[in-house]
Amino acid sequence: MQKLDHLKESPSQTAGPYVHIGCVPNFAGVSGVYDSDLGSPMVQDGVKGERISVSGTVFDGTGTPLRDALIEIWQADANGIYAAGDPRGAGDPNFTGWGRTAGDSATGLWSFETIRPGAVPFPDGRMMSAHISFWIVARGINIGLQTRMYFPDDPTLESDPWLTRIEHQNRVQTLIAKQTGPHRFQFDIHLQGANETIFFDV
Amino acid sequence: MSDGALFHRDRNWQPKGLTPDYKTSVVRSPQRALLSMNTTLSEETGPVFGHDILGPLDNDLILNFAQPGEMAIGQRTIVHGRVLDENGRGVPGALLEFWQANAGGRYRHKKEGYLAPLDPNFGGCGRTITDDQGGYRLRTVKPGAYPWPNGVNDWRPAHIHFSVFGPSFGQRLITQMYFEGDPLIWTCPIVATITDTAAVEQLIAPLDMNNTVPMDARAYKFDIVLRGRRSTLFENRMEGN
Repeated sequence: MQKLDHLKESPSQTAGPYVHIGCVPNFAGVSGVYDSDLGSPMVQDGVKGERISVSGTVFDGTGTPLRDALIEIWQADANGIYAAGDPRGAGDPNFTGWGRTAGDSATGLWSFETIRPGAVPFPDGRMMSAHISFWIVARGINIGLQTRMYFPDDPTLESDPWLTRIEHQNRVQTLIAKQTGPHRFQFDIHLQGANETIFFDV
Repeated sequence: MSDGALFHRDRNWQPKGLTPDYKTSVVRSPQRALLSMNTTLSEETGPVFGHDILGPLDNDLILNFAQPGEMAIGQRTIVHGRVLDENGRGVPGALLEFWQANAGGRYRHKKEGYLAPLDPNFGGCGRTITDDQGGYRLRTVKPGAYPWPNGVNDWRPAHIHFSVFGPSFGQRLITQMYFEGDPLIWTCPIVATITDTAAVEQLIAPLDMNNTVPMDARAYKFDIVLRGRRSTLFENRMEGN
């Protein structure tokens, strides 16, 4: 029999406790190498759409905040177009779509200043509810965890082609942010336990 | 043309979440199964970084934190290789970020308390973007092994952390490069989170004498493979989507 000629993906390893040195060196106190840390700001003047703040905390299985996590997000612009690689065209030039931040080293709190994304199509053409993709790495996490954040006031959530595929509908609420004020959303992530966030193999 | 869904991750090749010998994973791993989904535009697109973010010394850790006229102390080392996808194609334009301890195994980080001293001329971070063929190169000093509070006498092998961006957010990968012949590789609980020996071998960079610069720096070769993509030919994707 012939052999498949695919290569194997490089195995992941934990980002470790000092991920900040490589990914947010100025935050880590390694100054003078890069002008600024990548991933912030996400918006420039003239960006289209509703400016929002998204913040939260990542908790371990004991309920303790992770104080060494690195969080990245990727999202569409206000019109539902991604900033790069989107076959439908170019996104808002004043929006990067990608953000990166570290949890506060004392409290674990992280936050992004971004815009509310537009809806994006599922592969079959139906529209998915507006969402922000999350990727979380830290000491003790062997491979980055993928999840999504949705908006609590979105009227399309109940027909979303992604969320409706989830068998345990009582867990869907772990993907829905809380609105804590005008243009402010809180999205806490529970790695393990009773309120465990849904993580995807996608 | 491969511009469709990403190949699914082989979760038996990749480390599991719960690997109790690496103690921190015990309370930081999901207990419920990951929910399998097919990729969508949200995973098949991703941020692109231009060369304008790079400074001239960004891939040279010997010089990028050093005082003028000075250099980091340690074994001068070139690391080079290619970023490929599972189809064997080079990935151009991939942003690579790397970080490491200094030659004595000490990280420049406020939470690091190891007694080996900092090197005043070594910061420990670098980055580069792959060329048209997916190639990259960096120069550094070989990091030292260091102890860590896991077992009572656990030592990490010498390693360099790599963070890689392919063109899709679903390809996002962080991993670690190890050095050929290091006996600590086979004692390390973090390495052992990977259970397939062939997968561990994929993270071990061989000494590459052909690319060593005589009287200057040794070289190691480290290729990195990201998830591949299928063709969209047979997908039920609406025209224009």
